[in-house]
Parts: sequence; C-alpha cells; structure tokens
Amino acid sequence: MMANAAPLLAIRNLSVTVDTDEGEAMILDRASLSLMPGSIHGVVGESGCGKSTLMRAILGILPKRGRATEGRILLGDRDLLNVPLAVLQNEIRGGQIGFIPQDPYQALNPVFRVGTQLLETTRSKAGAEGRAEANIISLLKSVQLPDPEGALDRYPHQFSGGQRQRLLIAAALASSPAIVLADEPTTALDVTTQLQILKLLRGLAEARGLSMLFVSHDFGVVAQLCDTVTVMYAGQTVESGPVGRILAAPLHPYTRMLLACHPDRGAALAGIPGTVSSPLRPPAGCRFHPRCPSASPECENALPPRTKHADHQDVQCVLYRAEAEA
Amino acid sequence: MTGARALLEVEDIVTLYGGGRKFLGRPRPAVRAVDGVGLALKSGEALGLVGESGCGKTTLAKTILGLIRESAGTLRLDGKTVSGVSVRQARLARTTIQYVHQDPGAALDPWWSIGHALEEALRIHGVTDKGERRRRVDDMLEAVGLDSSFRSRYPHELSGGQQRRVGLARILVLRPQIVILDEPTSGLDLSVQATVLGVLDGLRKRLGLTYLFVSHDLSVVKRMCEQVAIMYLGRIVEMGPSEEIFARPRHPYTRALLAAVPRLEPGSLHDTPALPGDPPSNSTAGDNCVFQTRCAFAVATCAQVRPPLVSVGRQHTAACVRLDEIETVAEG
Amino acid sequence: MLMLRKFLRDVPAVIGFCIIVLLCLIAIFSPLIVSDLDRVYDGDLVSRLQPPSAEFWFGTDSLGRDVFARVIVGSRGALEVALTVVSLAIAIGVPAGLYAGYTDGWGSQLVMRLTDVFLAVPQLILALAVAQLMGRGLGSAMAALALTYWPFFCRTVYSEVRRLRNALFIEAQRCLGASTSRILFVHVLPNVASAVIVRATIGMGFTIMTTAVLGFLGVGATPPNPDWGLAIAEGRDYLPQSWWAVTFPGLGIFITVLGFNLFGDGVRDLVDPRLRRSR
Repeated sequence: MMANAAPLLAIRNLSVTVDTDEGEAMILDRASLSLMPGSIHGVVGESGCGKSTLMRAILGILPKRGRATEGRILLGDRDLLNVPLAVLQNEIRGGQIGFIPQDPYQALNPVFRVGTQLLETTRSKAGAEGRAEANIISLLKSVQLPDPEGALDRYPHQFSGGQRQRLLIAAALASSPAIVLADEPTTALDVTTQLQILKLLRGLAEARGLSMLFVSHDFGVVAQLCDTVTVMYAGQTVESGPVGRILAAPLHPYTRMLLACHPDRGAALAGIPGTVSSPLRPPAGCRFHPRCPSASPECENALPPRTKHADHQDVQCVLYRAEAEA
Repeated sequence: MTGARALLEVEDIVTLYGGGRKFLGRPRPAVRAVDGVGLALKSGEALGLVGESGCGKTTLAKTILGLIRESAGTLRLDGKTVSGVSVRQARLARTTIQYVHQDPGAALDPWWSIGHALEEALRIHGVTDKGERRRRVDDMLEAVGLDSSFRSRYPHELSGGQQRRVGLARILVLRPQIVILDEPTSGLDLSVQATVLGVLDGLRKRLGLTYLFVSHDLSVVKRMCEQVAIMYLGRIVEMGPSEEIFARPRHPYTRALLAAVPRLEPGSLHDTPALPGDPPSNSTAGDNCVFQTRCAFAVATCAQVRPPLVSVGRQHTAACVRLDEIETVAEG
Repeated sequence: MLMLRKFLRDVPAVIGFCIIVLLCLIAIFSPLIVSDLDRVYDGDLVSRLQPPSAEFWFGTDSLGRDVFARVIVGSRGALEVALTVVSLAIAIGVPAGLYAGYTDGWGSQLVMRLTDVFLAVPQLILALAVAQLMGRGLGSAMAALALTYWPFFCRTVYSEVRRLRNALFIEAQRCLGASTSRILFVHVLPNVASAVIVRATIGMGFTIMTTAVLGFLGVGATPPNPDWGLAIAEGRDYLPQSWWAVTFPGLGIFITVLGFNLFGDGVRDLVDPRLRRSR
C-alpha cells in the first residue's frame, strides 16, 4: 500500500447531528477515514459509536432529522454531501457504490419473487431485459448460490439466512460498483455461515478488484477479513491503520482496552469500566477521556490532532501529540 | 457417575413441532426440534448448551422449563418425575426452574413499574405480606447491583444492562434452584459482557444456583460453564467438561464450530475451511447421523446408523462412528 | 413532561382538546348560563322566528324559544348520550375482544362472527331498526347506538390482543406461573388501553353525530328535548329565511364532532406505555 496513492473514498472531518425529542445529538464528531483502491477497510466499534451513521452519510440516507454539519465525503474529487439527489440516486447508490445491508431477514421484500427484486435493481441500469437476467444468473453463480436459475422464481422465505445474504451480495454487485459498503452483513448469521460469507466476500473482492468498507462490532471478523481498519468510539475515529499493526501494537487506549476484552486475549473477564456517553451530552474534546486510564486535563480541551505513525497507522490521542510536533 | 445425584435429569426427551394436517390439506411431517436428548445437571453446576440456529437448544430449554410439552422422554427433578403433564401443571411442579429471556427489556411489561413487576412474581406465588414482598424485592435489587430507587422506574427508562438485571432479579426473587439463561450476552458489546457475566457468576456462588446456559457464543460458555453440550439439529453431538471440549474437540461439528469463531489473526480466513451448505430441516432426521450431509468425514455408515454418544474421555462423550479415525486436535 | 411537550406540539390535537373542555364546561354550567329554563321549553309565539339580536343571541325558533338557550342546554344531552353510549359499547366490546383474542376455538370464532354480523349492517339502519323496535325516546336510541358501536371495540381489542399474545413479556408472565385471568387483566388490558382510548374519543364524535341524525329522523329524542338533531329537524321547514334555527345547532354538532376527532387523532400518537414516567 503506497502512502501517496489517492484514496478512492475519503471522509474528512465529518460531523453528523440528529434532532431528537430530547435535543440535538451529535452522532459523528469530525470522523475521518480513507478507503484505498483494491483494499478491504474495516470500521470497528461498539454500539453507539456511529459506524452505521457513517455508512448512511456516504449514501445520503441519514434519518429525516439528521444532517451533516461539517466535513466532506470525497468520492474521487466529488463531495457526496454536495451532490444533487438525482445524481445520488442514479449514479451513486446501486451504481458506483453498492450496499450490503445488515439483516438478510428484513432486507428482502417477502411478497415479491427474488428474481423480480434483483432484476429491478439491474434493469434500470443494464438496458435490455435479456441481458439483465443473464447478468443476474452469472452473479448468483459467483456468490455460490445453489441452483441460480431456479432461485429467481422463489420467494425470500424459501432461502436460508446465509443464502439470503448471498442474494443481497449479488444485488450489491449487480452494477459492477467500484466500492461496496457492507453494514455488518454477518451479524445476524450463525458463526459457521459467517465464515462462508466472509470467505466469499474476500474472494469476490480479490477477483473483482473491489474496494470494500466493512462495518462490524466484532474485531475478530475485521481482523480476518480486512486489510486496514478504523476504530471508532462515540462518533470519533480514534485510530486507523493496517490490521496487523493495530492488533500487534494498538496505540489508542480505547483500542488497547477493547482488544483486551476479546476472549483471544486473556482468560480473565476484562471489561471497560464506565458507560458510553450519550451523544446528547458528549464530553468535550476526546470523548473517551472519562473512561480512559491515561486521561489528562488536556484531553477535554480540544480534540487532539491526528498523528501519523510508521506504517500508515494514525491515532487521535494527546499521548502521541508530542510525536506529531516532532 | 459417582457422587451426588443430579438435581435435574433429562432422559431421551423428544419435542415435536407442527405435524398433523391442515384443514383439507396434506398431512405435514412433524419437525423433531429435540430428538432424543439426555443430560444431567448437578446442583451448583453450570452447563452450557451450545449450537447454532435451528439446533433445538431453545426448544430444549423451554421443554425443561415446562413451557413446551415434551412428546416423549422423562424429566426428573430431585429424583421426582415431573414430565408427562400439561404445560400449566408442569410450570406449577417445576417452579424451582426459572427462565431469563434473551431480551430482558422485552420481557418486562412496559405498563408497570419495576417494583410492581418484581412484587408481582411474589404475589403470584402466594407471598401475601406486603412488608415481606418489599424486603425480598429490595434484597434482590441490591444483589443484582441496583438500588431501591429503581422500584418506581419504568422499563423504558432503564438501559439495556439495567433491564437485564431487573429481569434477573424478577426470577431470583422466587428463589429458584435452577436458572435457564437464554443468550444472556446477545447484543451486548464485549466491554459490557464482562460485567454481566460477573454479576451472573457472583449470583451463582452467593445464592447457590444451578445454571443452564443457552448460547451460541462459545467463548462465553467457555468462561462461565464447567460442562458443555454441543447440539446439532435436535441432538447432542458432544458433551463434557468445557475445558476438555475446547482443548480436544472430537466431533467433526464441534471442530468446525470452534474453527469458525473469528480469531484476532489477520489472514486466517484462507487457512480455515468453511462448512459447506446449510443445515437440512429436522423432519428428515431418522436412523442416521444428522450431520453427515455436511461432514468432511462422512462415509456410507453415517447414513445408516444413528451414532450413540460414546465415551472419549473423562465424562466426555461424542456421537460419531468415526471418532477413532479422526485425529484429535489440540488447541494451539 | 415529555408527554405534555409532545402533545402541545400537535396543534390540531390541542385545538380539539380545548373544544372538548369548552363543551364540558358549557354542559356542566348550563344551568348558570341559561338561568331561565322557560326560554328553552316554553316559547312565546309572539316572538317566533326572530333573527339573532341583543335579546336572543341566536334568534328564536318556530315556537318562540331561545335558540341560544336550547343549544347550550342541548350540549348536556349530547355529552350524556355520547358518554353513555361509548361506555356501554366498551363494556360489551372490550371483554368480548379480550376473550376472542386470547382464546382459540369455538368461543372465539363465535364472538368474531357475531361481530361480523353487526358490522355488516349499516350502523344508521341498525340504529333505526332497534329504535323502532324499542319505541321512541332517547333511551332506546342510546341502546341502539351502543349495539352498533360495540363491534368496533371488540375488533380493535381482538387484534391488539392477538398481537400481544405472542409478546415476550406475556410469555415471561406465563413462565412465572401467572394465571390466564391475571395475564389478561393485569398485563394485556393496560397495554390495549391506548387503542381503546383512541376508539373511544372517535366514538364520542360518531355518537353525537348519529344521535343528531336519529333525532333529525324523529327516532330518538322527542320534543321538547333541545337535542341538536331534533332542533335541526324542527327548524328545517323554515329554511332559508330563518336560517338561525338550524345553523346554530348544526354548528354545535360540527364543532363538537370536530373537537373529538382532532383530539382522538392526537391521542393516538400519545397514549403509549413508553410515555409513562417515574417523575
């Protein structure tokens, strides 16, 4: 991975606020990440970290009372936040960017045949109907769905969870996108099915040169599937870098503590004391400081700058600020 | 098995779903959700029931609880047979077995306050003295780490973790001996799991409880349970001390299951073979091994004979005809 | 309070609520507002069909009675009938719906088929038929209306109970050993209450409207009852010159029904167990 290659998708200082009955909630706070061409980038974080909102912001499907208040989402050199809706609907969504949703049991309409639903996404883009169907069948073969021709005539409930997820992956790839966003596509699946799907995703990404943004709460999944990873906490992107580096030498205190909780890293039950702050009343500066064992008064003054480390690892923490200034 | 008699003995339980015929329709075969399961729970022990969706672990738990009536088999509680009766009678006879739901917030009636919900359990079981009810509720709230101000709050005002504790408190206030925990950590972040599991462990020791832990999460079961039973399509395929099973899994399914758990090892996707296909439906089960359609080691015999659970170590049993031929794998 | 803030944001619902409060106040204080009941019942034929003036705010009707006084006193009747009918309909429909929803088998089927029968007949026609059978008068009109409205409550409760039957918290109660009656009355009923309340507020509007129609048709309130519908019937012949005899009672009906409907719509969003608070 070359440091001077341009990212395919870059999120820079994105902040998203949602109006709720109880006030304004700042779900994302100056979040940043880069997706390099041909790589699988994981976004890992616990509940409330804003990873789903990040994905929605890219596609422009934030909740009705939500809006981006600062920052940019750059696809090439276009800022997706400023792009007209028509362009978003026709070119980006289901076009240049494919989306694999989280719940295979909810994402398919139960009253339509699978073929109808899949063809719907492609017909608007492909043109001739005959070609669209052939395309879909070859896609279904590439996601290793048994009996692809017969599958088109069946209804979603006739497929298992793993098969449905394959259908959704096929739908996401229908327009031959350059980028695929995957929103925890294996969370609702059994662990043995999850392994099948992860291997499939990896295979497809390598074969087609896809760039993928893979969101998950499971560090193990991200470790196995992804090349690079961003760790999020309470709407902030606290650390990014190659997966191997982050696992071997995590810099941010949250990353360290999160990894320590993983069963692979210790027989004893480890947790992180305290609870995540509410986005309605977030702590100032770094949002992790109330729970951080290395916190200092500086932490709440302002968000620490992002410092780059060797091997393309970057971290947002006052502990490393000195290095940035060096 | 020497030593104390088991508190709960389950023998050859079969639970069927569906079956019968629709009005003017074809008869449908019944689904064997639990297909001949036997186990024993000793007092103070924690047994984990592990398996993926459709394996029948929740059905088994509800059958043991009495919420579902078994179609065949025997259940003995402290030596007394409690099976073979209607659901209502079963719940009355097995009040010492209680069940904590997977989604504890949804298990609380949104209309009533926490205090009411907790006292109601006591009211149902005949504790008429208001003072005593209050005392027991306050004790239990304290035991799960909540203070008495929670009595006047409503379920939706509590966080998920607090709801979980209330759900626990509600059944513990009845002083059960056996507690069935259904996926107690599902939906919980790793950083929070430790706290919940810690509370559960502490309660077990403090109140001398016996746990039946239903979970798909192997690492949780490994940490919390002394014994574990692996289920596949309604049958137990391997059972024994959890350390043994995790270190030396013998059944091909157990091995596949353990291998599929995501590890913090980058690039390990290539090295791990995935189990092909999907589990078939239960109604096709019969005198064969239920796993043979996906098993890497399947041979002709597997389709002809139902493998019994045979001993492969100290209290460690597995159901496979080719156990000796499959190498044992030690965890790295 | 969250509930109050949310409610206040719904302007139509607040308007509806104010109308209802005003109506209740008028009904309660009608003897104070109209001190002289003679103006309601005894007319002075000399001053018949007078247009609205300083002395007779809403004018007089064909028998010389003060229309304003009649409208005010009529509000009491309207509210009484609406409350009685809705209460009766709830008393029949809700238990029927609970039973049919929670149990399976012949009993449940019987109740629901009975509901279907009642719903198949247009309400007004059923009300007319029952009223004719039982004789004229407000009492029979109320019974008839209750008979036409209970199926709506039954159906609403039935579908809510069916939904709740499989809810996790109901199953949890069964695990704890609760009896069926306990589950129904302590757990299912309160959670069904919101749907019932919504139906009831809309029902009030419906009942007032239908009572007025029955009165207009001569079935129901009998003269000299200042029932709004009856007043419209009596004043109909004098349209369009003496418009006030019909318009003001008509406005009374219109505003009342509007008020209940607006409020009922607002209540639907609001009555949610999640809005119960400990503080």
